[in-house]
Amino acid sequence: MSTIAAPTRIPVGPRRRPVKPARIALHVFLTAMVLLWLFPLSWAIFASLRPIGDTITNGFVSWPEHLNFDNYIAAWTQADIPYYYVNTLIIVVPGVILTLLLASMVAFCCSQFSWKFNLVVLMIFTAGNLLPPQVIIVPLYWIYLNTPLVALGSIDVGKFSCPLFSDNGLLYDQYLGIILIHVVFQTGFATFVLSNYMKTITKEITESALVDGANLLQIWWNVVLPLCRPALAALATLLFTFMYNDFFWALILLQTGLKRPITSALNNLQGEFFINYNLIAAGSLLAAIPPIIIYIALQKHFVAGLTLGSTKG
Amino acid sequence: MANPTTSLAPARATKASEAGALVISRRRRRYSLLTNWDKLILVVMVGVPLTLDLILIWGPTIASILLSFTNWSGIGPVTGKNVVGLKNYETLFFGYSLFWPALEHNLIWLAFLTFVATPMGMFLAVLLDRELRGKRIYQSVFFLPVVLSLAVVGFIWTLQYGPSDGFINNALGLVKSGNIIDWLGNPAINLYAILVAASWRHIGYIMVLYLAGLKSVDPSLREAAKVDGATEWQTFFSVVLPVMAPINVIIVVVTAIEALRAFDLAYIINRGKNGLELLSVLITNNSISEASLVGFGSAIAVILLVISLGPIVLYLTRVMRTVT
Repeated sequence: MSTIAAPTRIPVGPRRRPVKPARIALHVFLTAMVLLWLFPLSWAIFASLRPIGDTITNGFVSWPEHLNFDNYIAAWTQADIPYYYVNTLIIVVPGVILTLLLASMVAFCCSQFSWKFNLVVLMIFTAGNLLPPQVIIVPLYWIYLNTPLVALGSIDVGKFSCPLFSDNGLLYDQYLGIILIHVVFQTGFATFVLSNYMKTITKEITESALVDGANLLQIWWNVVLPLCRPALAALATLLFTFMYNDFFWALILLQTGLKRPITSALNNLQGEFFINYNLIAAGSLLAAIPPIIIYIALQKHFVAGLTLGSTKG
Repeated sequence: MANPTTSLAPARATKASEAGALVISRRRRRYSLLTNWDKLILVVMVGVPLTLDLILIWGPTIASILLSFTNWSGIGPVTGKNVVGLKNYETLFFGYSLFWPALEHNLIWLAFLTFVATPMGMFLAVLLDRELRGKRIYQSVFFLPVVLSLAVVGFIWTLQYGPSDGFINNALGLVKSGNIIDWLGNPAINLYAILVAASWRHIGYIMVLYLAGLKSVDPSLREAAKVDGATEWQTFFSVVLPVMAPINVIIVVVTAIEALRAFDLAYIINRGKNGLELLSVLITNNSISEASLVGFGSAIAVILLVISLGPIVLYLTRVMRTVT
């Protein structure tokens, strides 16, 4: 968006046009807002880099004598942060892939073919995603406690153990259960975005592929999905962040602290390992770094995904 | 109406008069192109995700409604003896001291986001919707908190609000003078303190949505207003804002849904107690975390559902209208 504006700006630039006072006021205001916006995060970074001893001797708001990464090292090793990153990955990676697969199937069928209920189906998915999760949590919790799931041992890598498929014979307190609810809940959102996107693909492509003898699965996978690459990339970025940032599902549907993904593990770690503010700051920032990296690297996709989903197709 | 795919057909037709006939013939042909095998694939492709959605989202929604009329504890089967009619609602409205405060907090949350945070996000979008040096940086910074989880947002703001070790009290010298303000502990102010934190995230979100909407406004409209001698603000209020009406509705709906979902921040700060009660927290506290009052918790869930249906229906009618 702004990349389009940039090249046109240079020739007309400030040299020819005198800078108006209103422009300066605008920049002053926006700069002040930017500083205000960055402050909480900057303060967290400052606190995280400061040893607690330095804070105690000099006061919380004071010039630091020492800054180092000790708090990060302590959080990383004592609280076992890498372990929780792995928990997150185990949940988020299959979650994003499965969501995109299921949602693209529904979107494909609803946007490329006309049948009686396709609008109803789209509405069921879209509305389901808009419900507050707390509305469904009580019966969902019961379903999870009463759904049997086979226990076939586990895959162990070092300290880490991933049960196949359950270690207590239930859907409750399992990675698989969290993946499942993420996939089902986010499929609603992704279906809506993708079907809006697929509507811009002419149906003649599907029709001619059908005439050529391809079946629906082949058309979905080989013809339509490649055309949706931009939307899929945007959605993958967004879904990664949604699932990474989830706090609620993991809080209720997981019981074992060691299975928690990083975002909801923070809450437990707070009392146990993060005994002072500087350690809490370091732990929180460690949890915040992956989505920030994704955002900085894939900002365009991120914004595209949000606007595709919320305003129009 | 029932067929969103027809909307593209007239655009492809060369003459408007031919459009109708073309759609009908196409539709017939398309069906005949599908073999039985294809139809089976179609059913599976839609059926599997739909079944999962119905079992794990809509089933529990209906179950919540039904359970709200029982005194079920969550253990064993639900029998006729468990049915208590409207008793849970009666207790909720007249005998449960946390319900009205929680509802009030949810409404304050909604009002704060709607009248403070959302307009600020829209304002930033309007300011940034022009050729501006450093626009990309401004935009990225305002949006940055949106990618953080509310859990992390909660911790970051705890560092600002902490009574004796937070930034605000220390910077204002309140710790030294002994006049500590307990931003998160005082029930008179803690809701507003976390609303500031929630807004930090919400404003950037609204800004991005609104910027996308502003970009879709036909530039010639602004040109025309400019030629007619309208100032920038006149142009915005009498030309741009009316054109943006559909997006304004969506922005309001998104805000409402965010406000009704509020849970994480309150839970992180103090498990939703002492001034931070919210309907969402009461549901989990009553039925899962602390007590096993499943029927009672479900009644709170139904109240939350009923409130949510307003924005959800509004959203669906708006969005599906643009789709068809």
